[in-house]
Amino acid sequence: MPARFETSVERPDVLTINMGPSHPATHGVLRVVLDLDGETVVGCDPVIGYLHRGMEKIAENRTYLQFIPYTDRMDYLSPLAANVGFALAVEELLGVRVPPRCEVLRVICCELARIGSHLVWLGTSALDLGAATMFFHTFKDREWHYDLVEDLTGARLTTSYTRVGGVAYDATADWLKRLREFVDAMPGRIDDYETLLTRNTIWLKRTQGVGRLSAQEAISYGVTGPVLRASGVAYDVRKARPYSGYEAYEFDVPTGTEGDVYDRYLVRMEEMRQSVRILDQALRNIPGGPVNIDDPKIFLPPKSKVLTSMEELIHQFMIVTEGFECPPGEVYVATEVPKGELGFYIVSEGGKSPYRCRIRSSAFNNLSSLKKQVIGALVADVVACIGSIDPVMGEVDR
Amino acid sequence: MADGAQAVAALQARFPSAVVETGSFRDQHWAVIDPGSWLEVAAWLRDDRGTAYDVLLDVTAVHWPQRTPPMEIVAHFYSHARNDQLRLKARVPEKGPIASLTPLWSSADWNERETFDMFGIVFSGHPDLRRILMADDYTDFPLRKELPLFRG
Repeated sequence: MPARFETSVERPDVLTINMGPSHPATHGVLRVVLDLDGETVVGCDPVIGYLHRGMEKIAENRTYLQFIPYTDRMDYLSPLAANVGFALAVEELLGVRVPPRCEVLRVICCELARIGSHLVWLGTSALDLGAATMFFHTFKDREWHYDLVEDLTGARLTTSYTRVGGVAYDATADWLKRLREFVDAMPGRIDDYETLLTRNTIWLKRTQGVGRLSAQEAISYGVTGPVLRASGVAYDVRKARPYSGYEAYEFDVPTGTEGDVYDRYLVRMEEMRQSVRILDQALRNIPGGPVNIDDPKIFLPPKSKVLTSMEELIHQFMIVTEGFECPPGEVYVATEVPKGELGFYIVSEGGKSPYRCRIRSSAFNNLSSLKKQVIGALVADVVACIGSIDPVMGEVDR
Repeated sequence: MADGAQAVAALQARFPSAVVETGSFRDQHWAVIDPGSWLEVAAWLRDDRGTAYDVLLDVTAVHWPQRTPPMEIVAHFYSHARNDQLRLKARVPEKGPIASLTPLWSSADWNERETFDMFGIVFSGHPDLRRILMADDYTDFPLRKELPLFRG
């Protein structure tokens, strides 16, 4: 059914307006059809799908390795986190575990991605509410984060850093040193951000009591990540179901009490501090050794050997042209990405491609709670609510 | 972690005739349920203190054209109290129908709409079953196996 644009015949006082899909405050191609009675929202229908690329269908027609670049393009603000999530799911299907150095590198990736994603959220959601200064501060530090990502993976956005059974490149000692500089500087930077917003009267008035979700409502909507934790539920996949060695790190899971936009702000600010804490521990304890499994049927051989040895050349050729086979079976593997729980449900019938690859998107489920948040609120609060959910349409639509 | 093992055993004890099949892989356990009991079983899984699956994480489907019936609905549940996951399946004809879980969880709304959009399976009792990702005037169901990746 096409969405309505005219005033309703039954309710002449209600005006239906359209927001998006190209609106600066919808953070991508999200369209929201709003029914307004004066300035009060009485109806809300989020329209999604503008960025639907059929990734689940594509996955059925690609080898497992060929799908990794597609995971970059899901949550394009934290591609590294989705890279890790997909690699872990396929490794679970295969029943392999990567070496310790690789696990630590993946933890570094996940936490760098979290900081990068939260910096964009902080800058843009503050900008939406008129706090333009914030945007310039966070994007300066996000550029620093991007320099690190680029030097590690060769790209800012299209990282494709993980491989099934490892990562594409090892981190150099120099890179780890530069990451240490970033880690040492960030707590001071986060303090600076907080001086701009945490006690700012306008910010408080625009965010406190807005978009409130109770714990029960958030759970019912399948909300995960910072939005769920702001409602007082201390669920974090890294703690509840640790992967990639997260059980060895000391960090807190911040929770809110009110479940409003302000609590989501506080939770994400604290999460950045906790990410810094995890990065600090990772840098201190990163072991040596290989960054990939030693299985020529699954992981590409080193390039130097491919050029000099027949056997490695054949392995390289087979993995690139044919791919590797996974056993028949099915797994659901979840990771905590910056937006919440990202799950891959992979059904294999054997063979080189998934029979079915379901992507359980965190942002999709979080965004479904928008209607609940804005009905009864003022139209100006819709922008605050969308910003606080932090949806990335690449992951919502897939 | 033996995800779902305890719940699958409890289901077999509580609904012996509704559990069609059980299975596990990499210590993740699932049960295939008679579609007629879908809503009843889901409600019990949510409300019973021994299972306590308060979250409906995901609803999707898998198309098996060679099987009868060809559609397999797959739902994932999570229990905060028990930190446990469960996969529940039901096999239905091409267009369903199967009972909607929207009376129990708000997350069923969008996830079932997506399953309808991608497979054409009808969820009876869903308050707003229309396409969500594809355009309103689109006529196919993209994740069905007979639809090729490229056309033309």
